[in-house]
Amino acid sequence: MIDILNAIVVLLNYIIIPGLSYGSQLALGALGVSFIYAILRFANFSHGEFMSFGAMITILFTWLFQSYGITLGFLPTALLAIPFAILATIILSLITNRIVFRYYRIKKSAPVVIAMASIGVMFVINAIVRIIIGPNDTKFFDGQKFIIKAKQFKVMTGLNEGLALKSTQVITVLVTIVLLSFTFWFLQKTKTGKSMRAFSDNEDLALLSGINPERVVFITWLIVGTLACVAGALYGLDKSYKPFTYLGLVLPIFASAIVGGIGSPIGAVVGGFVIAFSEIMVTYAYKKFLIYLLPTSLEPSGLVQLLSTDYKFAVSFSILVIVLLVRPAGIFKGKTL
Amino acid sequence: MMKNNNLEIIAIAIMVFLFFFVGFAQSWSLSLSILNMCIISAVMSMGINIQWGYAGIFNVGIMGFTALGGLAAVLVSYSPVGEAWRVGGLGMAISLFLLIALIMTVYFINKLISKKPQKYWFIALAIFIGIIVINLFYKPAVNAIEAVNPATTGFLGGMGLPIIFSWIVGGLFAAGVAFVIGKITLGLRSDYLAIATLGISEIIISVLKHEDWLSRGVKNVIGLKRPVPYEINLQQTEWFISLVGFLNKSFLTTFADLQEKQDALNLLVIKTSGIFVKLNYAVLFSIVLLFILYLANKAQISPWGRMMRAIRDNEVSANAMGKNVVSRHLQVFVIGSAVVGIAGAMLITLDGLFTPASFQPLRYTFLIWIMVIVGGSGNNLGSILGGFIVWFVWIEAAPASKYIIEFFTYALEEDNKFKLHLINSIPYFRYLIMGSVLLLIMRFRPKGILPEKVRHS
Repeated sequence: MIDILNAIVVLLNYIIIPGLSYGSQLALGALGVSFIYAILRFANFSHGEFMSFGAMITILFTWLFQSYGITLGFLPTALLAIPFAILATIILSLITNRIVFRYYRIKKSAPVVIAMASIGVMFVINAIVRIIIGPNDTKFFDGQKFIIKAKQFKVMTGLNEGLALKSTQVITVLVTIVLLSFTFWFLQKTKTGKSMRAFSDNEDLALLSGINPERVVFITWLIVGTLACVAGALYGLDKSYKPFTYLGLVLPIFASAIVGGIGSPIGAVVGGFVIAFSEIMVTYAYKKFLIYLLPTSLEPSGLVQLLSTDYKFAVSFSILVIVLLVRPAGIFKGKTL
Repeated sequence: MMKNNNLEIIAIAIMVFLFFFVGFAQSWSLSLSILNMCIISAVMSMGINIQWGYAGIFNVGIMGFTALGGLAAVLVSYSPVGEAWRVGGLGMAISLFLLIALIMTVYFINKLISKKPQKYWFIALAIFIGIIVINLFYKPAVNAIEAVNPATTGFLGGMGLPIIFSWIVGGLFAAGVAFVIGKITLGLRSDYLAIATLGISEIIISVLKHEDWLSRGVKNVIGLKRPVPYEINLQQTEWFISLVGFLNKSFLTTFADLQEKQDALNLLVIKTSGIFVKLNYAVLFSIVLLFILYLANKAQISPWGRMMRAIRDNEVSANAMGKNVVSRHLQVFVIGSAVVGIAGAMLITLDGLFTPASFQPLRYTFLIWIMVIVGGSGNNLGSILGGFIVWFVWIEAAPASKYIIEFFTYALEEDNKFKLHLINSIPYFRYLIMGSVLLLIMRFRPKGILPEKVRHS
């Protein structure tokens, strides 16, 4: 009995909790990509850089507050900085929309052409971020690091295995839930949300019914800027901030969006969790888990690991390919909001 | 037509001018090394131009194909590590055999069972068992190979052939991988293909980084053999010394003292040998470049090229006319990737070392895209021009932005924090410049510097 409990704790500690927080970050990112795809109809390669920019502004404001001695006690100061960062990211996304993307939207360019323009935007934002904050690793977490420490948990429950719950993980999941429910409420219940859905479903018909495309695009960038900034800041808070990693995040984010059905918001969220959990589950070494469950005679000698952690990309990519082959439109048959 | 020809002449003039400008302003050695990289970049962008300009395939996995070419350079030229083959060769052969068997099994399950859910379960089961069985042979073999003298070898080595063969092998490697990816993903929409190629390039890089038995991983492979003479050998060769003497006759006669003359000659020989080696590379690369340019141009004006253009411009009609769109796309995807693979092998040949960790998407994928777009998609000469200009800007951006920063901040003191910060971030200004160049070209000259020539006949 104790062994089974231990095994469950191992699973919780190494798979479920990290999977939930990584999945939330991916879901927020994928949701942003999906919004752009549904409304503006192109694959936005610069999304990772928007996230990076948001995280950077969060760090700058965190430093500012810290220098004034303002902190949130046991919560990270970054939470106080995120609203300002959201504002900055929204301004950046509106500026790029005005300078770059608006032109192609009005010209009705092919999606691939706009995607190419987003590569240009990616280069520019990438440079701006690195010029401002440099390429190095930055840790900006403060406050209480753990809600439950592994040792505390052991003492509390008397189990062999410890369960560590980082406060960033809880914050990530909570913020994601709030943000996602707000987004879905907005899409389903408000008039603006409905007009956005109409626009993504059939642009011409929406225009005929008097929906102002400029307004829809404006709102889209507001939402995308918010999502990107929060996703980036949470990822940076949870791991640590390094501009380079955000370029690598583009692949799992796109994989999540496509797996769920690109353009579908629910799909993006589900896809994010599917990708996150499969990445963690395939690359996790199950030795410890099996030792608790199997009788001693059957104990595994190796690590019992399907793939080494170096091949995280391979997992998200394989899931992507499998879904595309089996169900080309994604789990939730995407395309429209 | 006339106007376009003028543009081409201007384009070639620009390239020649850039080359001489650096030669006179900085140094001929630098100028030649930029030229060599320009030629390699031009080959890469020609490969992408074949995919994008001819057929409209959006491939963002250039980095992966380049790295495959680089792997070919290692596997062809490095001398075989006999010890590693002896301890791990058999295990590797068995694993390879089992892997092929697994792929065949999956293929047959796919063919034989037609009921959908059951088919997928069987395939998943086969792959799961297959991986476990392969690992039984693979893991020990890997450990044995990596234990062989890990500081210098620790991998299987190559075939010990002249490195120049790797240019062909690199093309074949890239073509093979492109065939597999294309087979799976080319039926999909273009943006899905983009993500798929992005993914596969990341996977190729992580395989090269972590499979030490194959490519030494992050320990890097150094000291690849050159296809051209080494400077050290040249400096002791009779004919080379007399050639240098002959070329600098008038300069050398100014020396009265025999010893001084000898010293000056020695200095010249050392300087010239470096330039001579780079010139050799440049000649080799130019041959490849011109050969591919010739073939690409021939293909573009042939019926095949016209068919490609038809498919690109209107897939539905081309399909209705009986053209097999998917298999044409596969063909052009394989050809373009092969050209990129050749360029990758050339790149590693020039460097003389293979560092998987240095492959980054911004530099090896997206920069090549900027070359294609800036030069003019659909125009082969245009992509060569794009390769030259963009690589030139990429290299010269750092000194130029340093100059500009110092110009604007000259009023600030030397230890001013803001100034120091700007000077420290000079390497990133090239990204800014590249992104702006791409955005400006796409906005104001969407067809690139040299637009595609469409023959109406």
